Amino acid sequence: MNFDLTDEQQMIVDAVSKYVENDSPVERFRKLRDTETGWEAKAWQTMGEYGWLGVAFPEEQGGFGGSFVDVALILEQLGRTLVPEPFIASVVLAGGLVSRLGTPEQIERVLAPMIAGETTLALAYAETQSRYDLFDCATKAEKSAGGYTISGEKVWVLNGHSADAYVVVARTSGGRRDEDGLSLFLVENGTKGLSRVRVPCMDGQSAGLLKLEGVEVPAESLLGEEGAALSHLEWAIDRGAAAACAEAQGCLGELLDRTVEYLKERKQFGRAIGTFQALQHRAADMFAEVQLCRGTMYVAAISADSDDVDTRRAEISVAKTQLTRGGWFVQENAVQLFGGIAITDEQDTGLFFKRVRVLQGLFGDADHHTARYQTSPRFELGAD
Amino acid sequence: MDMQYSPEQLAFRDEVRAWIQSAMPAHIKEKADNGGNFEHEEIMEWHKVLHSKGWVAPNWPEEVGGTGWDVAQRHIFSEELVRANAPSLSPFGLSMVGPLLIQFGNDDQKKRFLPKILSGEEVWCQGYSEPNAGSDLASLRLSADKEGDDYVLNGQKTWTTHAQYADWIFVLARTSTEGKPQAGISFLLADIHNTPGIDVKPFMTTGGTMAFSETWFDNARVPQENRVGPENEGWTMAKALLGHERTTIGGVAESYRWLMMIKRIARDTPAGEGTLWDDPRFRQRVAELEIRQRVVGIANLRTLADAQVGHAPGPESSILKIVGTELYQEVTELAMDALGHNALGWIDSPSDALPVYQQSIASEFNYLRASTIYGGSNEIQKNIISKAILGLPSS
Ligand SMILES: Cc1cc2nc3c(=O)[nH]c(=O)nc-3n(C[C@H](O)[C@H](O)[C@H](O)COP(=O)(O)OP(=O)(O)OC[C@H]3O[C@@H](n4cnc5c(N)ncnc54)[C@H](O)[C@@H]3O)c2cc1C
Repeated sequence: MNFDLTDEQQMIVDAVSKYVENDSPVERFRKLRDTETGWEAKAWQTMGEYGWLGVAFPEEQGGFGGSFVDVALILEQLGRTLVPEPFIASVVLAGGLVSRLGTPEQIERVLAPMIAGETTLALAYAETQSRYDLFDCATKAEKSAGGYTISGEKVWVLNGHSADAYVVVARTSGGRRDEDGLSLFLVENGTKGLSRVRVPCMDGQSAGLLKLEGVEVPAESLLGEEGAALSHLEWAIDRGAAAACAEAQGCLGELLDRTVEYLKERKQFGRAIGTFQALQHRAADMFAEVQLCRGTMYVAAISADSDDVDTRRAEISVAKTQLTRGGWFVQENAVQLFGGIAITDEQDTGLFFKRVRVLQGLFGDADHHTARYQTSPRFELGAD
Repeated sequence: MDMQYSPEQLAFRDEVRAWIQSAMPAHIKEKADNGGNFEHEEIMEWHKVLHSKGWVAPNWPEEVGGTGWDVAQRHIFSEELVRANAPSLSPFGLSMVGPLLIQFGNDDQKKRFLPKILSGEEVWCQGYSEPNAGSDLASLRLSADKEGDDYVLNGQKTWTTHAQYADWIFVLARTSTEGKPQAGISFLLADIHNTPGIDVKPFMTTGGTMAFSETWFDNARVPQENRVGPENEGWTMAKALLGHERTTIGGVAESYRWLMMIKRIARDTPAGEGTLWDDPRFRQRVAELEIRQRVVGIANLRTLADAQVGHAPGPESSILKIVGTELYQEVTELAMDALGHNALGWIDSPSDALPVYQQSIASEFNYLRASTIYGGSNEIQKNIISKAILGLPSS
């Protein structure tokens, strides 16, 4: 057992930390949040050049052969200044699936340019009726002469408004809520029949509403085995959840630090408000929750690479629940302790508050993960 | 002890309920059914409808335009308004400066200001807080120096809610620096549009709306006749007023309306084979909050009942702001959870991604974080309880 960072990992953390402080302070996100794309191709390329987009992909795929912990460490740093580039959507979700299931040709065509920072990807899985059930899919892909014809609608697709290519979940057999029969397809933006609408989100980022109306794709677009996508999709969404915990860790740490600073600076009744014991204890409780989040976030990141599916599911559900319940205490009290100024848009607290709330709701909320935890062997039989 | 409404009270409730339904303009009703994110113009339109019925100021004495209702009737009326999701009226004239003028104003001031508050011709805002005087309001620095018949105001107020719509602002200003800070404060009324030197700069809240402003005073001249009450006694008057609002500020009725909306969302939100409303885990969470709402509602009723029989507010009234606003925030949090992926959305999300009635939920969820901060933060309320009620010594 060892939670220390390796020298390489510490180097990654230092590099990303330096980048966010110098090149991507919160002001950059503020400027971008009202724009059509919401992030910058230039910054994405830089991340590609630094190797961050490929850190966890195998070397033979053009990556650096690192672990998901490396990804988590990068994301935590990006969270500290609300870096808006589509890392989770592109690297963790869609990129992860292409790397896991892609043919050498697909990897060359789709993954390699993304790792280089030239393109971005998105995973289109959620539908209006699906809530957090990954198998609930009404979008259909029917066999056609040259390949498949896909029809359906996907909602809240992260980076869906600006991706170059999509991994689309569609049903090749079975009924809407069957666990079998799901397949993944690579669909390029601009393909006939695919339309997308930008949907502004609470956190100042955007998502896409995707309509697929008889989208024709060749047989080579099938990613992985036909009809057997669910376990892979669940793997990707679990990594998404672990990634959400990591990015949120950066936000929560920042909320804690900024709140503690403010308690020292802000004076009311002739003294720093940090001298009031009620607020000191609140800050101490916030600190405790940030620490609890950190531990579960690390374990989730380690488990994201595990072949033991039961462990992966259980640990990620633990971390996501802690982020949503314990992390919430941190964000709500950050606003409370800043007082009125935290309700203004021009102050940063609200930006972090919103981003964390969005991350808490992605890839299954606390109710979902607490329910899923109950299906784990560990819950039924006890830990071994 | 008795907790039932009398037959007369029930009849009154039915009358009010029916009237609200018939009086609400169609476009306001439509908005009320769609989440009710009302614009200032719509709020003022509804204000005028209530005024023409004579029901705009139930908390005022009858002789100056009130309704002559007792406490229970007033409570029933306000519950019915919330139930119908009617626009909430601006409180600054009707619930703040109006009652203050009624209690402390001279006859000229009453004649000059009260009718236009009632009619909605003049809209008010509250200028108490300053950047460095929030919880410690008594440390406020906006200076008011006497010059001829005027006070000359210099300084800044902030977080002035809806100042951009207001015609008048009531301010607490420093007229003396002698003695305790509380002792040198006066209560002044300033005409925003016709006083050179007053500058209102609206800014955005985390709810994405322009709900409040910075209000600047640069040699702004306010006639001394616009001072309410004696010079340097503004603090005492403002304090006397704070007690009035305890039963409404907690938002107990609003929490109930949110619970109803949560059920609507749950019924509209597919989950599993059915809807979220079929999910026992979710129903359990709604039930827990609805029980809490009833618990807080009963505390609210006790306060009202005390007032009805003429008792001074009991100790339970001081908890209402705390438990009420905490509950209010919890129901907004549950509404967000109910939305599932739709909780990602924002007020400008297109309606094919987010149904219209859900579009302002995230905005209000963010804005209402303020409910435990404004009107005396919950920490300050707890300080008051522990000292004034529990008799604990100061640190
Ligand atoms: C949405 C909104 C609308 C508003 N509208 C108006 C308006 O129309 N007019 C107006 O005049 N004002 C308005 N306000 C201002 C509001 O009244 C102040 O925000 C409030 O009084 C708190 O002051 P502050 O923001 O300066 O916080 P601070 O006083 O700086 O408090 C910061 C934190 O310290 C805590 N704290 C302070 N003192 C103590 C203590 N002694 N013990 C323990 N904890 C303490 C507070 O509870 C808070 O958590 C509004 C505020 C908001 C957010």
